[in-house]
Amino acid sequence: MKKYIAKRAATMFGVLLITLLITIMLVGSNMDTILKQGVVFQVRSEITENSAIVESFSSVQEFESFIESQTQQRIKTLGLDEPWYSPQRIGLTMYKIILLDFGQATFLTSDVGSTDVKDIIFEKLPRTILLFTTATILISIIGIFVGALSASKIGSTIDRITSSFAIISSSFPVWWIGMLMIFLFAFTYQIFPARATPDIPASSPEYFGALLYHMALPLITIVMIGFGSWAYLVRNFMVGIMQEDFIIAKKAIGIKQSRITYTHALKNAAPPIITILALSLSGSLGGAIITEAVFDWPGMGRLYFEAITVMDLPVIIGATYILTVFFLVSIFIADLLYGYFDPRIRTSTE
Amino acid sequence: MSITPQEIKKEFFKSKMGIAGITILGILILTSIVTMITIPVETFQEWNNPENWITYPKTAIPIWVNLISIEKLPEHKILENPSIEKASNNEINLSSHQFGLNFDYDQFPNDFIYSYSSEYSESPLLQMSVIRPDGIKLEIISTSLPYSNLKIIHEDRIFSTDAMIKKKISLQSDLFDFEIKKLSSENVIFSKTTSNEPLKGNYIFSVNLYEIENSSEIIESNLIIGGKAFGIMGTDELRRDLAIGLLWGTPLALFIGLVVSIASVIMGLVYGVYAGFKGKKTDETLMRFNDVIYALPALPFLIILSVTISNSIFVMVGFLMIFGWVGIAKVARSMSLQIKTRGYVEAATMMGQKDSKMILKHILPQLLPYAFASVAISVPAAITTEAGLSFLGLGDPSFPTWGQILHDANTFGAAARGLWWWIVPPGIMVAITGLAFVFIGNALDAIINPKLKR
Repeated sequence: MKKYIAKRAATMFGVLLITLLITIMLVGSNMDTILKQGVVFQVRSEITENSAIVESFSSVQEFESFIESQTQQRIKTLGLDEPWYSPQRIGLTMYKIILLDFGQATFLTSDVGSTDVKDIIFEKLPRTILLFTTATILISIIGIFVGALSASKIGSTIDRITSSFAIISSSFPVWWIGMLMIFLFAFTYQIFPARATPDIPASSPEYFGALLYHMALPLITIVMIGFGSWAYLVRNFMVGIMQEDFIIAKKAIGIKQSRITYTHALKNAAPPIITILALSLSGSLGGAIITEAVFDWPGMGRLYFEAITVMDLPVIIGATYILTVFFLVSIFIADLLYGYFDPRIRTSTE
Repeated sequence: MSITPQEIKKEFFKSKMGIAGITILGILILTSIVTMITIPVETFQEWNNPENWITYPKTAIPIWVNLISIEKLPEHKILENPSIEKASNNEINLSSHQFGLNFDYDQFPNDFIYSYSSEYSESPLLQMSVIRPDGIKLEIISTSLPYSNLKIIHEDRIFSTDAMIKKKISLQSDLFDFEIKKLSSENVIFSKTTSNEPLKGNYIFSVNLYEIENSSEIIESNLIIGGKAFGIMGTDELRRDLAIGLLWGTPLALFIGLVVSIASVIMGLVYGVYAGFKGKKTDETLMRFNDVIYALPALPFLIILSVTISNSIFVMVGFLMIFGWVGIAKVARSMSLQIKTRGYVEAATMMGQKDSKMILKHILPQLLPYAFASVAISVPAAITTEAGLSFLGLGDPSFPTWGQILHDANTFGAAARGLWWWIVPPGIMVAITGLAFVFIGNALDAIINPKLKR
């Protein structure tokens, strides 16, 4: 088991590095230009702010050449004179990012006003987790219950409604339903706020309450669209198990149907369900980008979207890294759970 | 796994879901074909060209709403075929264009625009008047065209907001029982004389061009009565006819969905089967690579790729494939591991058949039912992902996909302004297309995995 865990962990770390490398490769050249422009701007403002230095020049030319030489020096000390694809620079960037040092954001700031990408991300992350973890938990509870119910009465009206609802809801994009919900419940019937960002400052005590109120509409939407496919999945697992000999034997003994469904069958269906729960917890974080953009929920997804729109590269890299880490950790956990519940997986890869 | 294609076909047409799926798909394909034949390609290439939509109304509701609602909103009418008359009595030449309009609505039109091109020399007189349902003839404008020595072709537009129209109408104010000074010209022209309410009935607009001695004529002209309802699907903020966007979205969505899913399934199938069949080191390496792709967060990467490399629809299809084949490869591998151990495969190996022949002849055919089901099941994901990217504004702007339309709707705040016809139809189209493939996929799945059917 230890060997298995170590092996999976190593693979995951490898994947993380590769993801990081690809991200840097994709945005590297742009990043380089932006960094250099930043240095030029910084040097220029430092010099012009210091009037003593400015007055010591006799001509504009002299002044310009001084700035030029200063800039070059700065670029050299920062190691920016080498091309962005040099192994040294990529290595350094990757090392920094792994240690969560994402640098300064170009345009975006956190609510408090910090431009440190780390601050921005760690301000938004809890909100995304709040919304999507709550949603996923609700979805799985409703899904397991409805799924088990319809599995115990296959072919009944409940089963048919569940199955068709699952199939139909899975083909609607969540964000489109979101637009409709905003249209219906924020504008036509003004029950919920249209924008999910509370308009009171984050420091005030009512903020959390306001956040929850603003969370209602996205939460309802996500749960509404999500639980159907969960129920269907659980149902299918259960149907498989219900046909196993031990369940039929239990039926023959005369144990109550509901007891069989909710204890014996559900227990046996647990491994794949837990595995999928682990996966969907993280999957929801990635898929949150569009949903958050629609509802204007101030989390990671909207941050990512905003960063893409203004091409704030440090934020893009940082957010991609954090999203990947979450994704990988949950795949890792799902893998471990799966290996734990199903020993065949473990032994075959060893 | 030993189901023959004939059996699958038979079973498939027994399932209601399968038939429903095929029917919807058939309708969609038919729509695409009809669209591609009837709507000229230029229209959708001009999708982002505002010049092309200038004669259309802004955010007009679909006309069929008038059938349901009590209050009839004025339809946007583009009158293009006037009845033409020419007359001359030695000295004066007259060229006249007449437009008939049946106005049967409870609100005044938004505006009207008369655009024309005329051929003349010197300076002819252009007169526009309307004969209303109550028999009153109202002069609208009377103006002389710019002087020219030579014969020229003059093109111009007369807008209802023109100050000359306003002046001309205010001169006839004694026809009306109420103060018309502050009203816009269309609110007077289409008004009852007793009170300022729309007058229903037939209107005849006539435009006369008079010229002394020289011949002159109106070559082409059309009259636009700006309304609040237009077309089957209405229009958007940029005056675009949404029906065209929605129709062109169909072949585009089918193209994206089918190409992405078919290509990813083929890739995944070949990859997985090869890994499973070869086994050992090859299998290990290939599956590790598979793990890497599997662990990449798809949407953030698709976003970065479309921003940094290209957002052309064809490149996007390629990007979607990168993330599409992974899961299929995993399943195909484990299936081929099972098939490999069967007697006839082992026998073939012993006979010394080539690897490629073994895979093509003995293993792949066994996986075909699964492949078809996977194609069907992965189409909706491809379509919704593309729609999602377009919705974020990262799609190909030169093609009116459904996601693109929704992106525009969101940008112009369609939800806040209650422009439901801009939001609902594109989403329904996405969902219906997805549904068709989900139905087909589920029907196939139930045949391949009979355990689920019970």
